[in-house]
Order: sequence, then structure tokens, then C-alpha cells
Amino acid sequence: MSFFEALFDPSMPFVRNALLAGILSSILFGVLGSVVTVKRIAGLAGAISHAVLGGIGLALYLAAKGILPGLPPIVGALVFAIIAAAIIGLVSLKAKQREDTVINALWAIGMSMGILFIAKTPGYADPMSYLFGNILLVSRGDLFLLAVLDAIVILLAWRGYFQLEASAFDEEFARTRGVPTDAVFLIILGITAVAVVVLQTFVGIVMVIAMLTLPAGTAGYFAKNLGGMMLIGSFLSLVFSILGLAVSWALDLPSGAVVVLVAGAVFLSVSALRMRRKA
Amino acid sequence: MDNHPTIAVEFSKVNYSYSNLQVLSESSFHVHKGEFVALIGSNGSGKTTILRLIMGLAKPDSGKVLLFGKSPEKARGLVGYVPQYMNYDPAFPISVEEVVKMGRLEGLSRNCDSRRGQTFSCPELETALELADVADLRARPYKALSGGQRRRVMVARALASAPELLILDEPTANMDSESEQRLFNVLGNLKRSTTILIATHDTAFVSSLTDVVLCVGQREGRPGGVLRHAAKPADHIPVGLYGGSALQVLHDTDLPDDCCAPATAGRAVRAGLASRAGQAKPAQQVRLFENSKPAEPLTGRKDP
Repeated sequence: MSFFEALFDPSMPFVRNALLAGILSSILFGVLGSVVTVKRIAGLAGAISHAVLGGIGLALYLAAKGILPGLPPIVGALVFAIIAAAIIGLVSLKAKQREDTVINALWAIGMSMGILFIAKTPGYADPMSYLFGNILLVSRGDLFLLAVLDAIVILLAWRGYFQLEASAFDEEFARTRGVPTDAVFLIILGITAVAVVVLQTFVGIVMVIAMLTLPAGTAGYFAKNLGGMMLIGSFLSLVFSILGLAVSWALDLPSGAVVVLVAGAVFLSVSALRMRRKA
Repeated sequence: MDNHPTIAVEFSKVNYSYSNLQVLSESSFHVHKGEFVALIGSNGSGKTTILRLIMGLAKPDSGKVLLFGKSPEKARGLVGYVPQYMNYDPAFPISVEEVVKMGRLEGLSRNCDSRRGQTFSCPELETALELADVADLRARPYKALSGGQRRRVMVARALASAPELLILDEPTANMDSESEQRLFNVLGNLKRSTTILIATHDTAFVSSLTDVVLCVGQREGRPGGVLRHAAKPADHIPVGLYGGSALQVLHDTDLPDDCCAPATAGRAVRAGLASRAGQAKPAQQVRLFENSKPAEPLTGRKDP
């Protein structure tokens, strides 16, 4: 059965959910990804996404041990993401000189905690699906969360577009014009933290950062402004997602990895062509 | 001197330090409206700190900073700032016009956009593009510009808010002499109508547009301070090296901060203010210090 036949098969709602997740994720990848790219905070987003594994591990452990029965992993992930974002935000704003050390420490400590908790969790807990995503496990609740986050991100990008653009382009100048640049930065970080958790069902925590940078980076070559970058980035993400899902279905491969590979191949090809044209 | 109608910038006994390093110690100086001021000092002397204090991006440990008689936070809208360099994404997709429009931002609004479906004309934007000599570049991508063009776009962005005070941090760093000349032509056209403050690490010479030289740095017995120095025309410097003719800074000639007070040197200020915009006559320093000691022999032209 082909991917498109499966889409219309009433006995396979998970395929439609996967496609819907791909479409909803594309908006976040395009819009939020453009902000992460031009603001150059991909490293921060990477640290948050990896720290999330600690929360997932802790939630699985607490639930399996019966300490907090039924605790969904996404709750632990959200708590850890927000704590990581808060620490990174404070360190970035207050103590610039140790920023990268703290970020790398959070990255590593979060992952290590996750692995330890998962190892000590009774029964079978597979870290693979959290690390690399499993889009066929996307639930209706996940779709709802994605849709809500899409709406928030679009609203914020629309209402605060000029402030966002100015603080990404030249933060100090934006501050001299009265733009609350610290608040803008913390909001971006907070939204990124939540987005990383919601998006990890699609591509996993290891690869979410790739999808927040590759489509937006590719779009940056063609766009005339940040808004165009967001639109083109979203469109490219949509194409990569659908293509990746169809290919992974046809060849029986992990979908998240295929989507990231498609996005990466396109980005590298476009970059190489651009460099050749310049040379 | 508080709320004096002719004072643009006033520092009164300002102290400022980074952890253990005292950058400014009991520093007092003032700048009049319409003056063209060179804030000179070697790298790390505290020039950028002074600029940050003026713009309200830093607060003094003690002492008072006033801009047009108000606190820097309240007077923020009156200042246009041209930074030395920006830490931005070099592939940022944005047009020159959009960059200049950032100068029209005021907190959460931008006074340069269509309103109620009608195109809201923005004369300040057009004026800024014209004044900074970048009107023909407005549709170009910012990333495709040369260094000199970018610097003029930064000037246009600062001018877009029609500022009373224009602050430029090392405006000619890494600039070729033609671009430098174009930039100083722009500044010459703004002189008198706008108070201009230029920070530069070149401590030997300044542009002849300069009315006042403020020297930042350490002196024997005082950790960090701002001194007013005299300057005289440097006829031996080829025209064009400093965006026009140049003045030599006389570091051995300190001026008291009140040297411009009407009782002592009113004639000099009047002479300075009387010189026409762009004419580049450093009347104030020359008249005040025609009897000053000769300057040290020249060494080198500019810091690299």
C-alpha cells in the first residue's frame, strides 16, 4: 500500500495524524525556525531540546515506580524544557562570559539524567522513540498542542514583527529605540522550549534542532525579508515533511530521520550552488 | 546648569566601574546643542561606556547624566545611535529601507507604516535616506552593500527618528578614504541642526568639523576621566584623510569644563556657532588657544 492510499484508509488514522502533525509542525519549523536562525540561538535551542530527555526519563521513572502513576512523559519534558530555558535565559542576560559552558553543561546533564532514569525504570522504556521521534505515535492531544502553539507563534510574530526583526538584527540599537529586547529574547526562548517538546514527537529531540534551522536556512537564500523567510521556510518544511513521510513509508525507514536528511540535502545543495555562483 | 536650554549632554561627577576597574571617576563635562564633539581616547579608555551612559544602556554608580535636561531613559527618543559594529546574522534577509525604518521604532510601535488602509507618508524616512546619501540604495539587500554603504545606512537609521543628538561610535573604522569623505559630507550637512558626538580611538587628529574635543582616559593621579582639550588646524595633513581637513589635538592643553561659560569664553562659542554648517571652521579652539604651547611632534597618521 502506498503512502497516499494509506492516508485514505479508514483503518489507519495514525497515517492521517502523522500527515497532520507534519503540516502543523511545518508552521513552527518555518516561523520559529527563522527567528532561531536569524537570532542565532540554534545552540540554545539544541541545549534545551537535549535537556528535555532528563524530564522524559524522570517522568517515565516516577510513573513506573508508582510514585506519580500515569505521569505522561511530556509533562516531565515540559518542566525540564522550561527550567533549561530559564537557566539559559538568565545566564545569557546576566553572565555572558560563562554562557557556552552553562549551555553545554545543561545539554549533557539533561541527556545523562534521562539515560540514567530510563535505565532504572522498571519494565521496557525505549529512549529511541524520544531521541529520534516516532510520528506514527502522534496522538490527538499532540496535534491539539501543535495547533495551539502554531496559533500563538503566528500571533506573536505578526504583532511583534518589527520588534522581533529589530532585536534580531541589532539588539543594542533596538534597545535604544525602547524595544524590550530582554523580554523579546526570553519569550523566544520560552516558546522555543515548549515547541521543542511538542515537536519532538515528530522528529525527536536530537533532530528537532535540525528542522528548526535547515528549512529556515534554505529559505534565507531566497527570501527578501524575515517574513518571506518564515513563509518560504514553512513551505519548504511542508514539502520536506510530506516527502520524508512518503519515502519513509515506502522504504520502511524511520520518518524523522528521513525528513531531516531530505531537509539537510536540500540545504547543502542550495548552499553549494550559491557558493559556486559567488566563486 | 540643570535644564539649561542650550545644554545637550551633561555629566556631573559621574563614577562608573566594571567590577574592580574604575572607568570613570568624578567625570564632569557638558556638550552644547549644535556642537560637533569628538570623544577621543585609546581602546578601552571608556568611550563606549560614556556612550552607553548617554543612551541609558548603563547607569552611573554615582553622579548624574542628563540629556537635554532629562534622564537618559526619558530622552531616549531624542538620540540617534550609529554603532561601531553589529553582531548580526550576515545572511539576514532585509532591505536597506527596512533597516532604516528600524529608526522609526518607538517601543512597541513603529511610526512609519500604512494606517487605516492608507499609505502613511513618512517624511522623516525620506529625509533620513536623502541626508545619509542612501536613497538610491533603499531597495537593495543590506547584505549586498559595501562597508562604507552600510555605515551610511546606519547613519540613515539613526537619523530616521529626526534626533536632536547623533552619536557615532568609531564611524570610520575600516573605511576607505572616499567612503570616509562621503560620511563626513553627510555629517557636515547635519552640523548645527543636530548635535553630533563622534567617538574615535584616533587621538592625534580629528575632523575639522569638530568644535569640541573631549579626551577620555587615565591621567596621573586620576583613574578615568574626561578632559576638554584644545585643537588647532593641521595644515600638513592631506585633505581627505579625515573626511576633509583635519585638526591636531593638543593633549598638553587642558581646558576647564566651564571654559565656554559666557564670562570666560563667550566669544569663542559665539564664533563657533556662527560658522556655517559644513564650513568646517574650528573657530572655538583656535580662538581660545592661539597662544597655547606648540603640540608634540607628529607621530604616525592614524591608528590602524
